[in-house]
Amino acid sequence: MFKKLYKTKIIILLLIFIFSVLFSITLGDVRIPFLDTARIIINEINIFNFEINIDHIKKSHIFIVTNIRLPRILLASLVGAILSVVGTSYQSIFKNPMADPYVMGVSSGAAFGATIGIILGISKGILGFGLTSIMAFAGALLTTILVYNLARIGNKISTTSILLAGIVVSSILSAGISLMMIFNHDDLASIVSWTMGSFNGASWTQIAVIFIPALIGTLFLSSFSRELNAIVLGEEQAQNLGVNVEFTKKIILITASFLAASAVSVSGIIGFVGLIVPHLFRLIFGADHRILLPVSVIGGAVFLLICDTLARTVLQGIEIPVGIITSVFGGPFFLYLLKRNKSKRLV
Amino acid sequence: MDSIVNIKNLSFKYDKIDILKRITLEVVTGNFISILGPNGSGKTTLLKNISSTLKPNNGSILIEMQDIRKIKHKELAKKLAVVHQSTEVHFDFSVYNVVMMGRFPYLKRFQSESKKDEEIVKEAMLNTSTWHLKDKSINEISGGEKQRVVIARALTQQPKVLLLDEPISHLDIKYQIEILDLCKRLNKEQNITVITTLHDINMASRYSDYIVLLKEGNIKEVDVPHKTLTEENIEEVYGIKVELINRNNDKRPIILPRSV
Ligand SMILES: Nc1ncnc2c1ncn2[C@@H]1O[C@H](COP(=O)(O)OP(=O)(O)OP(=O)(O)O)[C@@H](O)[C@H]1O
Ligand SMILES: [Mg+2]
Repeated sequence: MFKKLYKTKIIILLLIFIFSVLFSITLGDVRIPFLDTARIIINEINIFNFEINIDHIKKSHIFIVTNIRLPRILLASLVGAILSVVGTSYQSIFKNPMADPYVMGVSSGAAFGATIGIILGISKGILGFGLTSIMAFAGALLTTILVYNLARIGNKISTTSILLAGIVVSSILSAGISLMMIFNHDDLASIVSWTMGSFNGASWTQIAVIFIPALIGTLFLSSFSRELNAIVLGEEQAQNLGVNVEFTKKIILITASFLAASAVSVSGIIGFVGLIVPHLFRLIFGADHRILLPVSVIGGAVFLLICDTLARTVLQGIEIPVGIITSVFGGPFFLYLLKRNKSKRLV
Repeated sequence: MDSIVNIKNLSFKYDKIDILKRITLEVVTGNFISILGPNGSGKTTLLKNISSTLKPNNGSILIEMQDIRKIKHKELAKKLAVVHQSTEVHFDFSVYNVVMMGRFPYLKRFQSESKKDEEIVKEAMLNTSTWHLKDKSINEISGGEKQRVVIARALTQQPKVLLLDEPISHLDIKYQIEILDLCKRLNKEQNITVITTLHDINMASRYSDYIVLLKEGNIKEVDVPHKTLTEENIEEVYGIKVELINRNNDKRPIILPRSV
C-alpha cells in the first residue's frame, strides 16, 4: 500500500522536472517558443522514430538549444541531484541537520585543487576536462580521505570528530587559498569566480563523464535505504535489528564523498542545495529513505535547475553566480517551512 | 532442558574499570528472567554484552551453543531482539514503518517486503494492541504506546530471546502491568525466552521464573523469586531493610521497604 503512494509522488516530481527543463530552455536572451524546444529535443533524442518537422525552426535556435542550453540545464540538474542526495545521506549517517555535502571538506579541498590548477594555468586536460576540474576533483577526494583518517578512532567514525576535523582542515586550506591569491593577483578573478560556482560553459562531455558515476552512486546509496532508516533511529537499535552499522556508515561515506567530489569538480562550490533540499523533502515526505532518497534526487535537480535559470536570466547580459541565487531564494523559503513545520523538524 | 543463553566467565571493562566481573549464567529456553540490582550495578552493561553491542574483554556468550562473536549481524537479529529503554525519536516515521523495520534481518538488499512480512507485522501489532496506531507518526504517540510499538517491532524479528532494558520505568501502573503481561504471554504462548532488567522488585517477584541479583558487577544470587528475594540478600545488595509478605504461599514475596 505504501509503494503505490511513493510511485505517484515520484512520477509527479518527474513531470515537474521535465516541464522545468523544457520551460528553462525557452528562457534566455534569445526566446525560443516552448513547442519548438520540445520539437528540437524530441527530434534530437528520436528514440521513438517520430517524424518531426523542424525545418521551420532557425538553425541558430537549434544550436542554442542542443549545444548551449540543454547541456547547461542538464548539468545543473545533475549537480543539484548529486548535492541533495549526498546531503541527505550525510545528514542521516551523521544524524546531524547541519551536515551538507561539504562537511568533510570537499569544498575547500576542491577549491584548493582548483586554485593550484588555475595558477599553473595549464589549459590541457583529460577527456575534455580542464585541468582545473581534475585538480578540484583530486583536491576534494584527498581532503575527504584526510578528514576521515583524522577523525577515525580505531575503526569507528565519530560524528563530532568528523565535523570538527572537517572544519579545521577547511580553514587551513582556505588560508592556503588566500595565500596563493595574494601571490597570484592576476588569477584572482578566475579563482573567485570558480569558487562561487557556475554552469557557464557546461558541455556534453562534462555530463557524459559524471552521469554514469552519479547514476551508479545514487542507486547504490538508495540500496541502503533500509539501513539508513534504522540508523537514524539510533545506531544501537540498528545494530540490534541486524544492520552492520560501521560498515554501512563507511560505505555510504565513501560513495557520497566521491559523488560530492565529482559534482564540485564540474560546478565549483554551490552552497545550500545539499543542506536545504534534504530538509525540505524530509518535512514534506517524512524520514523514510526509500522515498526520501529518490525525491531528493529529483527535487535537487529541479531546485538547482530553477536557480541556475534565474542566475542566467534575471539580469540581461550579466550572470549572477548561482550560489547567490540558491541562498537568496532558498533561504527564506526554507525558514518559512521550518517555522510552519516545527514539530516534524529533524532535531 | 536446553539452555539458550550461556554466559561463561564474562568480564567487561569501561576504560580499565571493571564493570562486570566474571559473570557466569545459564538461561534455559522459555524462562522469564529478571535482572535486579542498584543503579550502576551493571544491568544495562550485561544486556548490551548479550546483545553484542558491547564486546566482552574476557569470557564468552553463547546463544544456542553458538559463540555470538561468530554470528553474523542479521543472523543474530533473528535469534535475539532488544527493547531499549524508551528513547526519543526525532525522525518522522509512521508506526507501521517502524514495526516493519523488524523484518530487516529477513530481507535481502533488493528484496521488497512480501505479503508474509506484512502479515507478520500485522500480527505483532495486533498482539501488542498497536494496530490502530499504524498510520500515526512515531513522534505522536504516548510513552506507553511507543514502548508497545518497540515490542511489536521486536516480535517481527521472530526472536527466540527478547531482551528488555527497564521496559516499564516510564509507564503508569496500568501500562506497567500491560507490558509485563504481554511479555509473560509471549513467553508462555510462543516460548520466547525473556530477559529483562527491572527496578521494581515486586514486579520482578510477580512475573519472573528466576531473578538475577547483581551487585557491583557480580552476581549475588540467581534463583526463583522467594529464594533470591530474602531480607538478607536485599539488605546486602540495596542496603535497605525490608519486610517480606508471603501471600497465600505463592512463593512470590511482596517486598515492603522499612524506613531508614
Ligand atoms: N559509556 C560508559 N562509559 C564509561 N562507564 C560507563 C558507561 N556506561 C556505564 N558506565 C558505568 O558502568 C557501570 C554500570 O552501568 P550500567 O549502565 O550497566 O548500570 P545499570 O545497572 O544499568 O544502572 P541503572 O540502574 O542506573 O540503569 C556504572 O558504574 C556506570 O558508571
Ligand atoms: Mg541501566
